[in-house]
Amino acid sequence: MSLRIVVCVKYVPDATGDRHFADDLTVDRDDVDGLLSELDEYAVEQALQIADEADDAEVTVLTVGPEDAKDALRKALSMGADKAVHVEDDDLHGSDVMGTSLVLAKAIEKTGYDLVIAGMASTDGTMGVLPAILAERLGVPQVTLLSEVSVEDGTVKGRRDGDTASEQLEASLPAVVSVTDQSGEARYPSFKGIMAAKKKPVESLDLEDLEIDAEEVGLEGAWTKVDSAAERPARTAGTIVKDEGEGGKQLAEFLASQKFI
Amino acid sequence: MAEVLVYVDHVDGAVRKPTLELLTLARRIGEPVAVALGSGAENTAAALAEHGAVKVLTADAPEFAEYLVVPKVDALQAAYEAVSPAAVLVPSSAEGKEIAARLAVRIGSGIITDAVDLEAGDEGPVATQSAFAASFTTKSRITKGTPVITVKPNSAAVEAAPAAGTVEALSVSFSEKATGTKVVSRTPRESTGRPELTEAAIVVSGGRGVNGAENFAIIEALADSLGAAVGASRAAVDAGWYPHTNQVGQTGKSVSPQLYIASGISGAIQHRAGMQTSKTIVAINKDAEAPIFDLVDYGVVGDLFEVVPQLTEEVKTRKG
Ligand SMILES: Cc1cc2nc3c(=O)[nH]c(=O)nc-3n(C[C@H](O)[C@H](O)[C@H](O)COP(=O)(O)OP(=O)(O)OC[C@H]3O[C@@H](n4cnc5c(N)ncnc54)[C@H](O)[C@@H]3O)c2cc1C
Ligand SMILES: Nc1ncnc2c1ncn2[C@@H]1O[C@H](COP(=O)(O)O)[C@@H](O)[C@H]1O
Repeated sequence: MSLRIVVCVKYVPDATGDRHFADDLTVDRDDVDGLLSELDEYAVEQALQIADEADDAEVTVLTVGPEDAKDALRKALSMGADKAVHVEDDDLHGSDVMGTSLVLAKAIEKTGYDLVIAGMASTDGTMGVLPAILAERLGVPQVTLLSEVSVEDGTVKGRRDGDTASEQLEASLPAVVSVTDQSGEARYPSFKGIMAAKKKPVESLDLEDLEIDAEEVGLEGAWTKVDSAAERPARTAGTIVKDEGEGGKQLAEFLASQKFI
Repeated sequence: MAEVLVYVDHVDGAVRKPTLELLTLARRIGEPVAVALGSGAENTAAALAEHGAVKVLTADAPEFAEYLVVPKVDALQAAYEAVSPAAVLVPSSAEGKEIAARLAVRIGSGIITDAVDLEAGDEGPVATQSAFAASFTTKSRITKGTPVITVKPNSAAVEAAPAAGTVEALSVSFSEKATGTKVVSRTPRESTGRPELTEAAIVVSGGRGVNGAENFAIIEALADSLGAAVGASRAAVDAGWYPHTNQVGQTGKSVSPQLYIASGISGAIQHRAGMQTSKTIVAINKDAEAPIFDLVDYGVVGDLFEVVPQLTEEVKTRKG
């Protein structure tokens, strides 16, 4: 029986760019280049490795995002995913995690799945809660924040390195998994992969296809509201000295003046 | 006065500092009712009462340790239903965020994660958050349901505010989903004897410039002279020089100490994301152009192998 893997990938503004908010206090996507969230590359990588180990598996990459989010899907397809689903609808603009997760859950159910794999957090929103919410919405086990993951005989196993302990986890499929950046370097797309990706199917869905009311999502339907966003004032320029043999002592003098010693 | 549920992070009854900070914030919104789960839950009551908890709801069952997250969500939901609070506050640990998020779905509420401050507002609590690697500060509210908010460590001062802290047993019936993810084994982290990274007043971090696991002894010596926690950049962690639990940054811990000392760290955006809100920042780097110097209150351009040991000696001398 085929193992159906759905990987949730997000299209995000490049973290090394000058990210800011648009007038409606949503993430500005116009002035900074977008890309497949680096943390979701780890999810794609683990999906591909699990698929390689399985007799018969299919990897679908799924994104909820604007037109340009197709770039993220292409990248994942060029890494080796089999097909893609893009949920795109003007009414989705400004959705928060509750709205996005609702849409993702419906799209995952429509696609059909045995295993959902997500990244540990998006690099723009950085909430890191969407995978747990998906598990709640789908009513399946959550096996999240894994730095090691494997699937065998309908069971997913993995290691979760927490603050106070490292845990070995186990759950039956279907399940939702998220993987950390400790799970193993993501592969680079090969030239062949990039060429092949151009021919792979990308299915487009909108809210109607998923039978979701526009009022439930988007900025208007959001469960949270951002009232203001202010740029953090630049830190006042500090003192910088060149070490001429006394740098450590000068630093100690500064720390003492600030009452740290 | 409205009640506010506060989820307690504790280790066998010893309440962790971020929970006490949450009690300070909870008191701005209403009367804190604490929820403590798992082994030793009842032993949390004294510390919680001392810091303002009017009630402490406790529950213990093997499920809390044997299965991931969901049993705790079931219990927090039971507490929510018993209390009908004005808000639910949870410490922003990885697990705390997941518990809070699943509760929010169940009770039809919005969620705000990683708040760094919280005030009462006309339309419910207003949370301050940092965005885009802490280059922006936002203020947000929850507009649907009962606000569920997770709060980062070091977001408020711990204040004594003695209250009754009456212990009540919380009755929890676990959902069918509670046993979905089995914790097959658990290996506790060994204590280093140093302060907890996210809670420490001073953090001393080393990066690629430290150039080897054995050289981290230099960073540790400075940390110990200051009573500080030790942090590391991802480059140092990826090289295997220091454990991942000590990584500071986007995919590691985010810290906000009184003093952050970066040695041999360039200051990449992902590193800044985890330390930019530190009160005072100091860096030692041999490259005068390193971006970390844009953040510092005091910087030394020099070789860390010269500067750090000299600093450590001087700290020790001054402290006598
Ligand atoms: C999705 C993603 C997530 C990431 N998450 C994190 C994260 O959580 N935390 C994190 O730290 N990084 C993270 N990174 C990596 C980040 O981009 C940088 O690569 C990393 O922070 C660099 O570490 P570094 O400053 O130690 O190394 P480098 O950038 O190589 O800098 C080393 C510095 O040491 C100085 N130096 C060398 N020798 C000496 C000496 N003898 N004395 C003094 N100075 C010396 C050099 O001048 C240089 O400035 C992430 C990256 C991505 C893509
Ligand atoms: N719009 C989206 N489309 C697809 N996947 C997403 C989207 N937003 C978040 N995710 C997934 O959820 C993970 C955690 O996101 P977050 O909780 O927003 O930090 C990401 O790493 C992605 O795998």
